[in-house]
Amino acid sequence: MIEVLQFEFMQNALLAGLLAGIACGLIGTLVVVNRIVFISGGIAHAAYGGVGMAFFFGFSPLLGAAGFSLMISFLMALVTIRNKQRADTIIGVLWAVGMALGIILIDLTSGYNVDLMSYLFGSILTVPTSDLLLMGAVDLAVIGLVSFFYNDFLALSFDEEFSLAVGVPVKGLYFLLLAMMALSVVMVIRVVGLILVIALLTIPPYIAERYCGSLRSMMVFSVVLNCLFTLTGLGISYAYNLTSGATIILVAAVCFFLVLLGDRLRRGRSRA
Amino acid sequence: MIAGAFAIEVDDLWFSYDGNLVLRGVNLRIEHGDFLAILGPNGSGKTTFLKLLLGILTPSRGTIRIYGKEPGKIADRIGYVPQDTSVNKGFPISVLDVTLMGRLGQPGRSRRYSTADRSVAQSSLERVGMWEYRDRPIGKLSGGQRQRVYIARALTAQPDILFMDEPTASTDKEFQTELYDFLKELNESMTVVVVSHDLSVLSSYIKSVACLSQTLYHHDAAEITSEMIEKAYHCPVELIAHGLPHRVLRKHEDH
Repeated sequence: MIEVLQFEFMQNALLAGLLAGIACGLIGTLVVVNRIVFISGGIAHAAYGGVGMAFFFGFSPLLGAAGFSLMISFLMALVTIRNKQRADTIIGVLWAVGMALGIILIDLTSGYNVDLMSYLFGSILTVPTSDLLLMGAVDLAVIGLVSFFYNDFLALSFDEEFSLAVGVPVKGLYFLLLAMMALSVVMVIRVVGLILVIALLTIPPYIAERYCGSLRSMMVFSVVLNCLFTLTGLGISYAYNLTSGATIILVAAVCFFLVLLGDRLRRGRSRA
Repeated sequence: MIAGAFAIEVDDLWFSYDGNLVLRGVNLRIEHGDFLAILGPNGSGKTTFLKLLLGILTPSRGTIRIYGKEPGKIADRIGYVPQDTSVNKGFPISVLDVTLMGRLGQPGRSRRYSTADRSVAQSSLERVGMWEYRDRPIGKLSGGQRQRVYIARALTAQPDILFMDEPTASTDKEFQTELYDFLKELNESMTVVVVSHDLSVLSSYIKSVACLSQTLYHHDAAEITSEMIEKAYHCPVELIAHGLPHRVLRKHEDH
C-alpha cells in the first residue's frame, strides 16, 4: 500500500483530496447551517454547462466550470436572496438547464469525445499539478475570506434579521458565500464528481454539528472528517480497484449512518 | 443624540408586499424616553412595521426617521430583541458569542471583537443575570433565559432605543413581571418600543399605546380606548389600562 505513494498521480490525488477537503469543510459548514444544500446541488450540476462551454470554445475545463459556476451562483443568489428556502423551482430549472447545456455543447464539439463519467463521478487519479495550484489558490481565498468575515457570517447564519438590523452587509456576504461555494464545488468535481459533491459538502458538517459548540470548531472538525473520508476512500478504491469518487462517498455515508445509529442507541439507553 | 429630533418620526408610510397593501398612511411621532406598545392582531402588519422601523425593509412610500436619521443609517443606536421563535435553536453557538453580535453595528469596528467589545458584552450579560451561562449553547437554555440573552445582545449595542417583538411569547408569567420591571429600569435611559398581539403586555409602565391594522391608531397616553381596539381588532376585547384590568363585556358583533 505504501509503495503506491511513490507514484506522482497518487501524491497528486492525496493532495487534491486534502485541498478539496479544506474548502468543503469551511463552505459545507456554512451551507448546512444556512440550509442551502439545494442551492449547492444546483450550482454543482449547472457547472457542467461550463465544462461543455470550455470544450466547445477550447479553453481549460476547470476555468470554464469555475467561470460558469460563478455566473450561476450570482443568478441563484439573486433569485434566492429574499427567501432562501423558497425559490426551489428556479434552482431546479438552473440545475437542469446547466447540465443540458453542457451535454449539447459537448455533442456539438466535433471530434472530441469527452469522458462524461469523469465529471459526474470525479477523476481524482488524473489531477495534474497545475490544477493543484489552482485548488491551493481557492483554498487560500476561502480561508482568508471566511476568517476575515467570520463574525459576520456567524451572525447572519444564526439570526439574519438581527444582522440586518445592526447593519451587517448580509446581501453582499450572501453573494460572496455563493461565489465561494461555486469555486469549492468546482474543486470537488475533480475529486468526487458533480453528482457526489453534495455528500462531501453536507455529511461532514452534519456529523460535526452534533459534537461542536461553535461554528469555528464545526468547520475544523468538518475539514478533518473530509480529509479522513477522502484518504480512506482512496485507499479502499486502490486496494479493491473501485471508482474512487463513489468509494469516498460511501465511506462518508457509512460514518454518517454509524453516527445516526450511535445517537439512536445512546438516546435509547438514557431513556431506559 | 440630536437635539429636537423625535425618537421615531413616521410620515405617511405605505408598504405593500407582492401587490398586497400591508400598511397604509401610517403616521407616528414618539419622543425620546417614551415607552410605546404597538398592538395589533396577527396579520395586522405590526411585524412589517417593526421591520421597517429597523431598516430591514424599505418603505414603498413615505419616510421613517429614527433620531432624525434613516433606519439603516443608525444601526449603532438601535437595540433589537426578536421573537424567540425566529431563531434557530440547534445552532452551535454560545451565549457569549450571541451577545457579542450586538457589537456588529458599531461604526469603525474592526472585523474582530476587541477587548472593549467583550467587556461591554460581559456587563450586558451581568445586567440580565446570564454571565455565568456565557459558555452554554443557546439551544440549551429555557425560553426565559434565551429572552434575557437576546436582551443582553441588544444592550451590547448600547442603544438609545430598544425594540422588542412579542416580549411575552414563550415565557412564563413570573418572568414577564420581572421583564417589565427590567424594561422600566431600561426606560430611564432609553426609549422602549414593544410590539405584540397580546394585550396583556399593557402594564403600568407603558406610556403610550398604538393599535395597528393596516393603519395606525395612536394614543398619546397609556390608555387604550375601546374605539382603537375595535378598529384594530374588529371586535371588543379584554382591556388593561394603567395596570388596571377593565373588562369590556360587549356582545361579539359581526366583523
